[in-house]
Amino acid sequence: MSMFNILDISASAMHAQTVRLNTIASNMANVDSISSNSEETYRSKQPVFQTILEGSEHEPRGGVRVKEIVESQEPLKMEYAPNHPMANEEGYIFRPNVNVVEEMANMMSASRSYETNIEVMNTSKQLLLRTIQLGK
Amino acid sequence: MAESIFGIHEAAFRVRSARAEVLANNLANADTPNFKARDIDFRKAISEAHRDSERFEMARTHNKHISSENFSSTEAFLKYRLPTQPALDGNTVETHIEKAQFMENSIQQTATLEFLNSKIKGIRGALKGE
Repeated sequence: MSMFNILDISASAMHAQTVRLNTIASNMANVDSISSNSEETYRSKQPVFQTILEGSEHEPRGGVRVKEIVESQEPLKMEYAPNHPMANEEGYIFRPNVNVVEEMANMMSASRSYETNIEVMNTSKQLLLRTIQLGK
Repeated sequence: MAESIFGIHEAAFRVRSARAEVLANNLANADTPNFKARDIDFRKAISEAHRDSERFEMARTHNKHISSENFSSTEAFLKYRLPTQPALDGNTVETHIEKAQFMENSIQQTATLEFLNSKIKGIRGALKGE
């Protein structure tokens, strides 16, 4: 058992939360990416987290990793706008299935989790430094 | 020899470092689906760790011999936390509880370090004859 494993665990969580924040940024940026068919329309991306049970060289035992990034299966928003330059033959445009309110809540949750892990890291750092100072 | 100087504090320090790791793991997995929060049963772990320090080691004359140290590890005292409000995705981490426990554990770890430090200071003083 390494004493510094705790820092790796927090770092892995911070990395996972950064990926989550990145997908949120991507979703928010593409909220108005309109397209004329359902295949080309941007779909909301969501990361799936997984606990690291058997760590490899680069990953700590325990900790968290991003297993995959899935695309939301919610239906796209079809809108009748025949005057829109992107409208198809029937006069419809497709909007991404990004839910802005959901993404905002997700962003707050991600940043809070990130902060929590920073706090854990700071406390652990102080304790490790005190352990090094032992007997001085 | 070192164990007789530091007494229970050496075992306590080891258990508290392990507990800090478990709690940090809970906080890291606060958003992982189906993750179950765990904690160390401190009382059991410390009594076992203390008993371990008094137990004598088996001789290992070959490097393939199994070390007797591994027979009791802190893994045996890992218990699952009972959630007050489990999430729909099967996650049982409650960040506020885990944070409070982590803070408590870090204060206790500081106290243990303080005890170890004063032991070392005392022995130093005795050696120097101050």
